[in-house]
Amino acid sequence: MRAHFSRLAEHLRSQLQAGEAFTLWLSAERTDFVRFNHGKVRQAGQVAQSYLDIKLVQGEKHVSQNLSLAGNDDDLPLIDRILIELRAALQDVADDPYMLLNAVPQSSERLDATALPPSETMVADILAAAAGVDLVGILAAGPVQYGFANSQGQLNWQETVSWNFDWSLYAHGDKAVKRGSAGKVWSSEQLRTEIAEAREQLALLKRPVKTLAPGSYRAYFTPAALAELMSMLNWGGYSEKQLRAKRSPLLKLADGELSFSPMLTVTEDTLQGLAPAFQAEGFIKPDSVPLISAGKYAGSLVSPRTAKEYGIAGNGAGAWESSESLDVAAGSLPHRDVLKALGTGLYVSNLWYLNFSDRMAGRVTGMTRFATFWVENGEIVAPLNVMRFDDSIYRLLGSELEALTLERELLADPGSYGARSSASARLPGALVRAVNLVL
Amino acid sequence: MFDTMEQRFRALKTRADFCALRYVEEDGETLAVRQGVAEPLRRRLDRGAMITVLHKGGYGYAATADCSSAGLQAALDRATAWAEATAGHAVYDYSQIRLPKPEGRYLGPGAEQALDWNRKALLDLLLDESAAAKAGDERIVDWSAELSRLAVRQRYVTMGGGAVEQAFQMLIPGLSVTAFADGESQTRSLGGQYGGICRQGGMEIVSEAGLLGAGRRVADEALELLAAPNCPSGTMDLLLMPEQMMLQIHESIGHPLELDRILGDERNYAGTSFVTLDMFGHYQYGSPLLNVTYDPRQRNEFAAYGWDDDGAVADKVWLIADGVLQKPLGGEISQARARAAGFDIGGVANSRACNWNRPPIDRMANLNIEPGDKRMDELVAGIERGVLMNTNVSWSIDDSRNKFQFSCEYGRLIENGELKGVVKNPGYRGISATFWRSLKAVGNAATLDVMGTPSCGKGEPNQAVRVGHASPACVFADVDVFGGEA
Repeated sequence: MRAHFSRLAEHLRSQLQAGEAFTLWLSAERTDFVRFNHGKVRQAGQVAQSYLDIKLVQGEKHVSQNLSLAGNDDDLPLIDRILIELRAALQDVADDPYMLLNAVPQSSERLDATALPPSETMVADILAAAAGVDLVGILAAGPVQYGFANSQGQLNWQETVSWNFDWSLYAHGDKAVKRGSAGKVWSSEQLRTEIAEAREQLALLKRPVKTLAPGSYRAYFTPAALAELMSMLNWGGYSEKQLRAKRSPLLKLADGELSFSPMLTVTEDTLQGLAPAFQAEGFIKPDSVPLISAGKYAGSLVSPRTAKEYGIAGNGAGAWESSESLDVAAGSLPHRDVLKALGTGLYVSNLWYLNFSDRMAGRVTGMTRFATFWVENGEIVAPLNVMRFDDSIYRLLGSELEALTLERELLADPGSYGARSSASARLPGALVRAVNLVL
Repeated sequence: MFDTMEQRFRALKTRADFCALRYVEEDGETLAVRQGVAEPLRRRLDRGAMITVLHKGGYGYAATADCSSAGLQAALDRATAWAEATAGHAVYDYSQIRLPKPEGRYLGPGAEQALDWNRKALLDLLLDESAAAKAGDERIVDWSAELSRLAVRQRYVTMGGGAVEQAFQMLIPGLSVTAFADGESQTRSLGGQYGGICRQGGMEIVSEAGLLGAGRRVADEALELLAAPNCPSGTMDLLLMPEQMMLQIHESIGHPLELDRILGDERNYAGTSFVTLDMFGHYQYGSPLLNVTYDPRQRNEFAAYGWDDDGAVADKVWLIADGVLQKPLGGEISQARARAAGFDIGGVANSRACNWNRPPIDRMANLNIEPGDKRMDELVAGIERGVLMNTNVSWSIDDSRNKFQFSCEYGRLIENGELKGVVKNPGYRGISATFWRSLKAVGNAATLDVMGTPSCGKGEPNQAVRVGHASPACVFADVDVFGGEA
């Protein structure tokens, strides 16, 4: 694909007219998707797709086209046709005062193309390890490529061959052990170990279920659950544009009106993440961007467009100015001491379907899901029926935050809307003095 | 290209028991302005093919944008290999099902002619509405408007006979205004901030959707909200307008009735359902006033079509009649799986994929509430103490689609049968299994509006599909209502 991408860029350069420039962004993958239910296969298939964004620039005007590529010679006449249409569209648009493109070419390449076994082998491993249990989930495996090129000769390329297996083992009803793993090397032995461990945990879920009354409870959120809470801050929270538009849920943090616990430090950590270090306007992302430091506002993600609009420095963010490689600093609570430190309260393995009940106040609602347990005196007593919380994230991660764990987990996003996600988050677990359950 | 694709497909070599081609072309463009400046013009052209194979009891698919004969043959071979590899390990013996081999053509409204898409004039329209929203008011801190068009054409071909062509034309207008003062901000929109006004048809949608003149009206409402008190908390009656009813239907009727959720496919991601296979035909889902239909033949709704993506013909089906649950939202394959489990409960033609590169699964299409007999003034008059809520802004529901909490952009108090002042941050929570039984009045056709969403998420791999919802205004009794932070 890299050779084809370079060829398309070269072809476009040869077709440019005086005063024209272009940028290209490629997102491509060939993924085997295999869906499981009840320990068997529901749907198995392969998706081969390559999407190209072409931005044609003339002076201060520009227009963009997203295009599916065939990956062969058919793409050249297609691009020629699109070029004609884009030139016509340029006549209809005004100068864009906020366009900002990288003018200092910086080419780069990151190849992580290890070999995976055939997907059929991975599926056979999963079916064997899941024999006799109710496993449900999805395996995604294959190469993912990102590319940038422009008329100045810059070329950036990232290629990874990886797998992501997102799965649950069900005990009964809605009670399940949820797991997810990802990597560049497949190990059937590791898979068997993980599923075997999850099988053992099913025993806890088969205990009689407890139902809580609404009220305030101590709670421990695993890294996966904390990731859901933190994801709400990524709904425009880190975006400079949303701050300026007074729509950011972190507006009161940025204004200094509210703060989080001094334990909370959040960074966009591109260097340690899985997402590309370059973006669609050709800028290279810094290794890290501080977002929240010791509970205080430390910075935001600034796209080139926002940088130009507000006359500030950009930091290589994409158009949505959202975190793709989140890092939440570790605390000091050893994971082995979590139940003891919790004492009596909820052990929340997973949260689900969060949304704002009052965005500007940072008030968030959501559900517990999969395996949430009632803990008494440091011992797991019973699985809990799902409960709804509605609380301020400034409280949960502020005045009520008692500890963060020493150990952290790297969670690779299994999402695949449009394409396989390259987002990731590295987080600890969080012990909270009180969370407000409402239903 | 469509005839060429069909010819290439029919010439492929296959040993599969069943195989089908679904070729899709999507052509779209978005015009947008923000704070008086045109946003970058975005265009989209997406073309590709999905080949589905049933073979030896297995199911396989392969999607490719390489639509040459060689590319299609490679996709067919890969789909066949997946079917063979998983035969005997599948949740269902796919050799037991005979998928349709349909013939025909469906043209949605506006699809038969070129769209009058005058970019300059439309950008001027958006700039005018945007300027009217700002109108020099310092409290208006963000204001934007946009209009998207999308043309979709697809052909579904089954080996050994059967070919269906469908074409759709869609428009999505939107406008949003944020007002800010004294550390408080409120955002008001036209039809919601997530494309709630999305319909099939031509340029008439621009005026039908109320985009003309929306800038000033929406800005005025944002300013009203900025000055308004929080919605009160307590148990009271709730009058939901169509811009919120669409969300209520979607989350607490649509998703729980999806047969693949009931069969467990979504338990790792979108979730399961409180509805079980044994409930159909007798379960009292709502009050006797509740009538819910799956109606893909409502042509101007966003998800109108003639056949689903497994070739089943689409017709109107009553899912809930007089409050009693009748049918699930399940396509041919899910219906067969339910029958194999001992439940011959029927279904609808809703096996749908979001595009050429995702396999069909059970999805909502046009899911509607049938109008009742109450005028708007009668709905209000029947409420002693309550709140009118309009335009969804927040939604959250558990993985069984039971415990929900929703919030709206705009609220108005109702006291002694009369509309009173505006309230901000209105929200409510409840449980699906009991909420619909509290339905106490249903508005007539004059209160009905056609809404939808361009991006309903579900499925592994993930898919965001287009969905339509038409609903009248409805009143619910004794609901747990709340407002924002004090």
